[in-house]
Amino acid sequence: MKKRIALLLAVIMTVSVAFTGCGSAETATSEGKQLAVQIGPNPETIDPALNSAVDGGNMILHSFECLLTIDQEGKIAPGQAETWETSEDGLTWTFHLRDGLKWSDGTDLTANDFVYSWKRVCDPEVAAPYAETVLGMVKGFEEATSGNIDALAVSAPDEKTFVVELTAPCTFFDSLAAFATLSPVQQATIEANGDTWATAPETYVSNGSFYVTEWVPDSHIIMSKNPNYWNADAIKLDSIKFVLMEDANAAYSAYQTGEVLLIKDVPTEEIPSLEGNADFHVDPIIGTYYISLNTEKEPFTDANVRKALSLAIDREYVAGTLMQGTYSAAPNFMGPGWNDAEGNFMDNANGGTPYIDTANHAGNLEEAKALLAEAGYPNGEGFPTITYSTNDSGYHKVVAEYLQQAWAELGITLNVEVVEWSSFTPLRRAGDYEISRNGWVGDYSDPSNMLDLLYSTNGNNDGKYNNPEYDAAMEIARTTTDATERFAALHQAEDILMNDAACIPVAYYNDFWLQSEKITGMWHSAYGYWHFMYADLAE
Amino acid sequence: MIKYIIKRLVLAFVTIFTVATLTFFLMNMVPGGPFLSEKAISPKAQAALEAKYGLDKPLFQQYLTYISDAMHGDFGDSLKQRGRTVSSIIATKFPVSARVGGVSIIVALCFGIPLGCIAALNRGKPVDNIISVLSTCGIAVPSFVICTVLMYFLGVHLGWFPTFGLTSWKHYVMPVIALSFYPTAYIMRLMRSSMLDVLGQDYMRTARAKGLSQFVSLFKHALRNAILPVITYVGPMTAYTLTGSFIVEKIFTIPGLGGEFIGSITNRDYTVIMGTTIFLATIMVFMNVIVDIVYKLVDPRIKLK
Repeated sequence: MKKRIALLLAVIMTVSVAFTGCGSAETATSEGKQLAVQIGPNPETIDPALNSAVDGGNMILHSFECLLTIDQEGKIAPGQAETWETSEDGLTWTFHLRDGLKWSDGTDLTANDFVYSWKRVCDPEVAAPYAETVLGMVKGFEEATSGNIDALAVSAPDEKTFVVELTAPCTFFDSLAAFATLSPVQQATIEANGDTWATAPETYVSNGSFYVTEWVPDSHIIMSKNPNYWNADAIKLDSIKFVLMEDANAAYSAYQTGEVLLIKDVPTEEIPSLEGNADFHVDPIIGTYYISLNTEKEPFTDANVRKALSLAIDREYVAGTLMQGTYSAAPNFMGPGWNDAEGNFMDNANGGTPYIDTANHAGNLEEAKALLAEAGYPNGEGFPTITYSTNDSGYHKVVAEYLQQAWAELGITLNVEVVEWSSFTPLRRAGDYEISRNGWVGDYSDPSNMLDLLYSTNGNNDGKYNNPEYDAAMEIARTTTDATERFAALHQAEDILMNDAACIPVAYYNDFWLQSEKITGMWHSAYGYWHFMYADLAE
Repeated sequence: MIKYIIKRLVLAFVTIFTVATLTFFLMNMVPGGPFLSEKAISPKAQAALEAKYGLDKPLFQQYLTYISDAMHGDFGDSLKQRGRTVSSIIATKFPVSARVGGVSIIVALCFGIPLGCIAALNRGKPVDNIISVLSTCGIAVPSFVICTVLMYFLGVHLGWFPTFGLTSWKHYVMPVIALSFYPTAYIMRLMRSSMLDVLGQDYMRTARAKGLSQFVSLFKHALRNAILPVITYVGPMTAYTLTGSFIVEKIFTIPGLGGEFIGSITNRDYTVIMGTTIFLATIMVFMNVIVDIVYKLVDPRIKLK
């Protein structure tokens, strides 16, 4: 009898195991030459006007092309516009489009499409988060964002010419013309489908090297080669599959099995074993991990206190050991990748020497102690207990714990307050903290993009830093048309910032990833963007 | 019976309404908002966004608008996934979670119930001990550990199953094992203890004394009584399993609903928080009604009032 029961159970189990196999039985068909990569999670939106994240930016970069683009060397290059020029006063920019431009659906793309798209970015109904960053200097912007979008001074005198008039000269406007937010979008599909146009491949008409053919949110996006793209002959892949993974361990497994050939999310615990491997890459991006000090609260009103706190940090140890070399020590506020008239902004800062000698931590610590004594807190005596606020992701908590140790050497007691991400941002913005983690990744390579953070009225000035000298330098940079004078002013601004320890730069961001040697012809830019449009797969 | 079901449905509606109201006000009490990012957007853009989604109105007015829209089947647009409605998100993601979850529930029942019975019938013997150890492991080991171990051995090391996606039967194997591990273990334990309880009852002795075969006495008499606690557990378990697991979905890159529950909260995507919560509450309440009805069918002594 027992045998019969056992037999019956065995049958049930076998049936259930067999049932486990009865999923949808689709099998992968041949997609031609397809590259599968993991470069981030599901983008919240891939509508160029609405996107404000790198994840979405990477998708837009492959499916759209702006007037101008940024090439492998980080230089401005022709995009949909073949040539462009600026008027002498720097106030009028004219772009000449290529011949025979087309949308992915085969219809013609003209200068009027840019007029429509740029005005759309200003539309309060659209509420584009980057509107002010990319179009704030265009004539009529204020009126346009108040509702009258036709006030924006962009026009198309003919089908191939696009003209923009500015209120003040903007020497880096070419960078903005290459910014994803200002990609052309097709009026017909948007008017027919409203906000949903950017959620379905059938309505997501684009003009870039690839176009979206499948999007399963939280699973994958497949883009196929756009035969209507002006430079389609140079595209070697038939399609790209962006696997939308969030979990680094899952991504690493998929890379090991060869299911994806490039992963951006590498588990940090694997880094020590990967360093030195040919397929492990580390590349800087323009951005700085820094600490904001609430300059409206005692004792951070005193520049000596701020400087002492800054100098007590061993940046080489933080970046190299705690952050496992995935960051680089930051002696300046502006790191690698920012440009000035002569090339790299960082190389020309502070007369060519770093503001902080990160190799000499012992010396820095002595100086910090002296500065603290000068501020009236010898050996930290009388210094209040202070609190460091951070959210918990990446290396944030490790850095917080390090700061407790580092500042203890000055005799300072630090409490750490870990706040959930969504609560952390409003807390910091409202100035409801003493010291907090902060960070910025550049949108374009002009240094004003990051130096503006410390401008007294800037929305991202979380430390509430207010120095008229600094503001004056930034004002000069904003209004002058002379590049030399402009960059001198920007360098001066960084001098003031660093001398004042307006904030504490700690480390520069890097992207680190694993990439199969089979991939050729792709590049990673200092903006954190991945360029697969001209990539190929070696056999 | 019909009267009972109507009564339960009215109660269900009240429950769901209460859950919706509490969730609405609680989520608005939490600091943060949907339009915050590391980089501050301009106050004008912020105001435009809030106006677009009606977040500039007084909270109570927002609540009334939401409830009134929801009554008409309009759960609003996602505030973060621009261009997608909450209904469309649930409609595309729930079937994915339900497919994986459904298979997992069947696996859990097919393994849990028989193994629990076997353990009870062999009390104290090595088989019982092995099953007990297995079930303890199943309950104690968190799902992310199981996922990682499966991924490493079956996915990477042996290369038997793909590590992400959901396009063939092979893709289901690892997520289903991970999802059904805990419920299988739990059902085994429930089944074992209730079966032991039933086996000691007088009517079982009577059945055996009548000369009924062990097979008949077990399946006709014991199982029917012993399965009641399992049914109680299966109700909420089904609701949870069908609506997906955040961890399993993240690790195996399954585009299911589980990720939305947690993702919407961290993103403060208010409309999605409301939509998913109401959806889960609805399934949960109805599963409980179904459990009550199944109870009645399995054990006629139970009266539904």
